[in-house]
Amino acid sequence: MKQPIYLDNNATTPLDPRVLEAMLPYFTEKFGNAASRNHAFGWVAEEGVDYAREQVAKLIGCTEKEIIFTSGATEADNLAIKGVFEMYKEKGNHIITAVTEHKAVLDTCKHLEKNGARVTYLAVKEDGLIDLAELEAAMTPETILVSIMYGNNEIGVIQPVKEISAIAHKHGALFMTDATQAVGKIPVDVNTDGIDLMAFSAHKMYGPKGVGALYVRRKNPRVKVTAQMDGGGHERGMRSGTLNVPGIVGLGKACELCRLEMESEAVRLSALRDRLETTLNKMEESYVNGNTEHRLPHVANISFKYVEGEGLMMAMKDLAVSSGSACTSASLEPSYVLKSLGLSDDLAHSSIRYGLGRFTTEEDIDHAIEITQKAVNHLRELSPLWEMFKEGVDLSKIEWAEH
Amino acid sequence: MAYSDKVIDHYSNPRNVGTLNKESKAVGTGLVGAPECGDVMRLQIEVGDDNVITDAKFKTFGCGSAIASSSLATEWLKGKTIDEALAIDNMDIVEELALPPVKIHCSVLAEDAIKSAINDYRVKNGLEPVVLEKSHH
Ligand SMILES: Cc1ncc(COP(=O)(O)O)c(C=O)c1O
Ligand code: FES
Repeated sequence: MKQPIYLDNNATTPLDPRVLEAMLPYFTEKFGNAASRNHAFGWVAEEGVDYAREQVAKLIGCTEKEIIFTSGATEADNLAIKGVFEMYKEKGNHIITAVTEHKAVLDTCKHLEKNGARVTYLAVKEDGLIDLAELEAAMTPETILVSIMYGNNEIGVIQPVKEISAIAHKHGALFMTDATQAVGKIPVDVNTDGIDLMAFSAHKMYGPKGVGALYVRRKNPRVKVTAQMDGGGHERGMRSGTLNVPGIVGLGKACELCRLEMESEAVRLSALRDRLETTLNKMEESYVNGNTEHRLPHVANISFKYVEGEGLMMAMKDLAVSSGSACTSASLEPSYVLKSLGLSDDLAHSSIRYGLGRFTTEEDIDHAIEITQKAVNHLRELSPLWEMFKEGVDLSKIEWAEH
Repeated sequence: MAYSDKVIDHYSNPRNVGTLNKESKAVGTGLVGAPECGDVMRLQIEVGDDNVITDAKFKTFGCGSAIASSSLATEWLKGKTIDEALAIDNMDIVEELALPPVKIHCSVLAEDAIKSAINDYRVKNGLEPVVLEKSHH
């Protein structure tokens, strides 16, 4: 079977063969436990981890000691938010985040609300960006943490992290960011951006699944988080558990490649993305979702009105994308991210997310355009809403039998 | 989630897509669902002298299972009497298309559309609408 074109790189990315090559020896001859201090097997594994730590640190502009390896961004988000909440209890119990965050942040905050945290969920503007004045107004003396994501996974908008961290710091709070979609794609520097804690993951940047990291600032200020797992006290006591050496080596290699190739890659991808988006946006009744100026280079989120996202994906079986349509989720609720932009439910149901990546070619994009146009036209032929729209019926005036 | 072959077949080659003249007395139109819910189905029947459905057409905004359910429904309706059509149960559609539990509501929508088209036809022709039990989702 011919493989579909993969344009779902926000969900996960394929492993770069160069990353795999770097990892392989650590499954076999270099299998040691990086914590074994008394023999060569341990030293070799530790060397691999050290080199990886250096590469990760270089990519985000921090020191090696500030990197805590985890099982991924979900764990890093949990460790950062729960760890700060427990560590800084004395100071306050207020956390500020935004409604468009990933579930790993939102559900962690919800969990903490049960344990005495007060959480403010900032709304976003129509373009997906938070309102800085609203953030400023939400700050209180009890605010210990502001957690706002760097780039959004569904629409790709990039929040003004520098301004956000400045506001947080002005009020004596720490700034944490879930940068899972941004690290390795655009320049992220923890010092120029004023980041105190940052979560990210290898499998979004051509590394393996099941490994990620939390950056924890050590100077100005020295940030501490309470460990969420008890055990051998690895990673400076913040994350116990024998290190996943092959995974960490893979993360390191992935970071190294991203650092070296990011600049040209971002130019290439945004050109391809723009070509895809501009062409598809020329179709009647298609809408681009989210801010298009402050945006990751590889994401486009488009609603094709009067066709339903899941039906559309089924018609595009040679294209692997994702949709904010409810019918793809067990809850039957359309994407909360799109809804929080103020998108009506029917447009949220009609959305497709295209996520380009390192292995996306020009030819792929031309095919994707063709496949999408064909599928949208086909489904509109089947759509009673399209027919009514074409006849000039005002759909908002119809009394729909809600069910 | 993988789709059954029958869903894929109806989805790729939908039967009876189209529009009948909704002003005609012989045509009953059912429009169910809501754009906000991600599914809208329009099903139309044309009824001959002896209460036999001579033609059926649909258009659906919805997922693959909803499109397949309505396509299948139009196929089943042709040649049936109104009474036989009223007896079509959504679970028959679920079974025929091997729909998974999360897709049952797509078949419910098709059953609702059939009943609503029949009622439209009945009312147009001076008959009492049949009382529909509220379908559950
Ligand atoms: C913004 C964001 N945060 C967190 C995660 C979770 O990352 P992981 O799969 O490494 O736990 C993802 C991936 O889906 C993401 O996009
Ligand atoms: S129409 Fe929504 S799941 Fe089928």
